[in-house]
Amino acid sequence: MSIHDENAVLAIAGLGFSFGAKCVLDSIALTVRAGEFKLLLGPNGAGKTTLFSLITRLYDSPQGKIEVEGNDLKKNSGQALRRMGVVFQQPTLDLDLTVRQNLMYHAALHGLSSVRAKARMNDELDRLGMADRADERVRKLNGGHRRRVEIARALMHEPKLLLLDEPTVGLDVPTRRDIVDHVHSLSRDSGIAVLWATHLIDEVRDGDSVFVLHQGTRRADGPLADVLEATATATIADAFDALTSGPGT
Amino acid sequence: MTSVHALRCLLGIMKREYLRFLNQRERFIAALVRPLLWLLIFATGFRAILGVSIIEPYETYIPYEVYITPGLIAMIQLFNGMQSSLSMVYDREMGSMRTLLVSPVPRWYLLFCRLLAGTLVSILQSYAFLLVAALFDIRAPALGYVALLPALIVTGLMLGAMGMVLSSMIRQLENFAGIMNFVIFPMFFLSSALYPLWRIQESSDLLYRLCILNPFTYAVELIRFSLYLKTNGAAAAVVVVAFMGFAAIAVYAYDPARGILSRKGTGE
Repeated sequence: MSIHDENAVLAIAGLGFSFGAKCVLDSIALTVRAGEFKLLLGPNGAGKTTLFSLITRLYDSPQGKIEVEGNDLKKNSGQALRRMGVVFQQPTLDLDLTVRQNLMYHAALHGLSSVRAKARMNDELDRLGMADRADERVRKLNGGHRRRVEIARALMHEPKLLLLDEPTVGLDVPTRRDIVDHVHSLSRDSGIAVLWATHLIDEVRDGDSVFVLHQGTRRADGPLADVLEATATATIADAFDALTSGPGT
Repeated sequence: MTSVHALRCLLGIMKREYLRFLNQRERFIAALVRPLLWLLIFATGFRAILGVSIIEPYETYIPYEVYITPGLIAMIQLFNGMQSSLSMVYDREMGSMRTLLVSPVPRWYLLFCRLLAGTLVSILQSYAFLLVAALFDIRAPALGYVALLPALIVTGLMLGAMGMVLSSMIRQLENFAGIMNFVIFPMFFLSSALYPLWRIQESSDLLYRLCILNPFTYAVELIRFSLYLKTNGAAAAVVVVAFMGFAAIAVYAYDPARGILSRKGTGE
């Protein structure tokens, strides 16, 4: 049975996960629709990376269900993964290969033809202002440029869902702002559903949706304005403090 | 996954391994120097002490360096299998393994592609070693070099799959040195690579039994017989069965529901 939400690109219901006896995620339900930019907010240790690992099928959970455009991640993992682009928290580029070689490797894993892969690579690198760096080894790039390459790579196969796990950690403020702006425009202009995990609340923009995760449980989920209203706060910083100050439920 | 997608994926993974191989010239040189040291120094020093009688597949008395050449080819593949598994541990620690595992291709197929890519690298190394050996007049029948190829594919796959199983058992890169000592050297010494099994049996029945249980022994013998244009069905069967066994364990270990990634719980 599929999770009933026709507009959902990512739909999660009843998801739980434990490391041994320790419960890391408890009954998580989450939806991201086409064109929606949803921030997964939570302090360090809230369970964000575990949730990402479950969505990307690095881990598997016996409890709950994850669907991408109606494709069950367990039963139809190929179709579900095909629709996802992922930027992990930990850098995953091969430092000794060039930008081009990294992107072409990714394209091959997704079954893109060489012609299509080259066209997609040029488009994405152009969009990120990285076209002239294609033949540089990744090791020579700074942290911000490496992140851009990872975003370009995640978009190579034109996913419907873009997952980013704390993609701006360790970057300076202008670079962070550029990357946040870029992904917002992707979501707005291309209709990509974005799930962006972060503990940096200044990355939230007006019009975003937020999902607050604390100690493995959902504390809030909805448009930013609704969350502020529900917590009777004026800023997301105050709302975040209010939602994550108590123990888990 | 369509067959076109499968082929593109295989070529992509092989190209990446090849590029990494080109970037690591010292790895290639080390892979060549190690067996050459055994062949040109150890074997030369020991040829007077270790006489080898006529045993299959040889049809005459042979110098010791001729005897150990197949064992050294198997050693190249053993080291390469371990090197590939080391690079899988490295990829896992550095995160690039994730790129592979989140691609829309069945995981067993990804592991197989990776295995095949590593095997091809080991075959290149083996032929480079045989070329240098030939320059020192250690030669096999010309057709033996051709007959060797299928043997090298299955032995390379078996040793690569074994390395993959080991990589799934290793939590961190640092633990790998222990595996090298506890796996590579015992496997190499407890085999027919350096001495015929009848000689070991004369000295110790226990060691002989261990050699018989060691799949590496059969890899060495398969290579030896193929190089001299003889068939050894038993060795081939053991190598193929061992490959399937190791491959099945590796697929199990890398399965997201049961495997290493979720067991470790290194995330938040």
